[in-house]
Amino acid sequence: MISSDMIMELVRLVLYVIGFLTFAALNAAYLSLMERKIPSWFQLRPGPVEVGPWGLLQPVADGIKLLSKQILTPQGADLILFKLAPVMVVVPGILCLVTIPFSNMIVARNFNLGLLMVFSFGAFGVFAVLLAGWASNNKYSSIAAARVVAQNIAYEVPMLLVVISLVFVTRTFNLHTIVDQQMGGFWHWNVLNLKASLMMPVAFLIYFICMLAETNRAPFDMVEAESELIAGAFTEYSGMGFGLFFIAEYVNIIIGCCVGTILFLGGWDCPFGLFPGLHWFLIKMYALCFSVIWVRWSFPRTQFYGLLNLSWKILIPFALANLVLTAFMLKLFHHA
Amino acid sequence: MLKPMITYFKEIVNGVYTLFVGMKITITHMLRRDVTVRYPRQSLKMTPRYRGHIDLKCDEAGKPKCVVCMACQRACPSGCIKLDGAKAEGAPRKSLTSYTLDFTTCSLCGLCVESCSFDAIKFSKEYNLASMKKDDYKMDLLKRVLEKT
Repeated sequence: MISSDMIMELVRLVLYVIGFLTFAALNAAYLSLMERKIPSWFQLRPGPVEVGPWGLLQPVADGIKLLSKQILTPQGADLILFKLAPVMVVVPGILCLVTIPFSNMIVARNFNLGLLMVFSFGAFGVFAVLLAGWASNNKYSSIAAARVVAQNIAYEVPMLLVVISLVFVTRTFNLHTIVDQQMGGFWHWNVLNLKASLMMPVAFLIYFICMLAETNRAPFDMVEAESELIAGAFTEYSGMGFGLFFIAEYVNIIIGCCVGTILFLGGWDCPFGLFPGLHWFLIKMYALCFSVIWVRWSFPRTQFYGLLNLSWKILIPFALANLVLTAFMLKLFHHA
Repeated sequence: MLKPMITYFKEIVNGVYTLFVGMKITITHMLRRDVTVRYPRQSLKMTPRYRGHIDLKCDEAGKPKCVVCMACQRACPSGCIKLDGAKAEGAPRKSLTSYTLDFTTCSLCGLCVESCSFDAIKFSKEYNLASMKKDDYKMDLLKRVLEKT
């Protein structure tokens, strides 16, 4: 029997799929526009202005260009994996959005293990890039893919250490509850929660750096490195196959910024305790996105050794210190 | 033991500080005015010393100042200037009947302008030259200057 509950559930599912696909695509499109606008302002030029007013239709033009290109498959490529990889790189991104609470009311599915889910699917993306590189049957793609894996594993460690120390404080994996605990002004936000751990601002910085590395953004963009590696693991992809990797990059940035907002910046809470809601979440999230672009266009790309040294010699020790300090302070001040 | 520890932390603090310096530079540049122009729609005025192809100069009456002394033709190392003149009935001096410049071989050395004792040629400020045909650069400068006036 079909009950009204089941229909509601189905409608919810469809709305979720349509809504988040739209959200992801629009974000990818307009972040890519901002990716060209913001650096052009840094470089004292206007950026794209020809297509549409203020260049607003530029992403549409880019999309049409990508769609109209022939999709080539290199000789000797693993056909199934080659076609599967762009899909696999987008799907985890969309899945992660399931449990992100955008405001008190807007969340597709509020899991108790939301945070865990986001990070487990987040780790899945690197697998798709590896497959893309390997399936291309191109040694440069394979080398680039290997570099991606080394980089992602190196940065997964400090990121998860920071998140674990945060979970010590919040005592929950539920993203909605984590935000609820931070309500009531910016001094309640986890980034300034010095009572829980003196190193919280540092933890936020580590999270942000790791997020840049995890999403393969400059100065850690070893995946792409246009000037040296052509397009790294994506070299053999053309048309929308490449476009999907592009979309996935921006979806990952959005998720990283969402999680950063939720974990450290109080989610939809207003800094001054006034009118909390969706708008505050979006303001904080896009401010973080802006910082991501800002960082990209401020610093040169690091060397691969520098990148691994940063992770293993600086970020991981600091994340571990943060973990120990948090545990110590919790034992000392908040007898559980 | 202690010294490498100190340098380790010093390097980190210094590194983070320099990162913020870099970010400050970019963000202050963001607020500055653009220095570029949207080229096909706007263009900059050419600087006075810009060397385009040569152009004939006219006197107040709108006639070319050239007296057909042939100095420019002789001075041109690549032989790209060809001019001819005739003395009209009752006129005090010769006047131009043709002046062609083969811009395909011109190297913009400027010897013609320098050799001219009558201040009759100058560099134009043309920089938007583009054509699919070689013959478009065999320019009739006399026609060009008469059309202008």
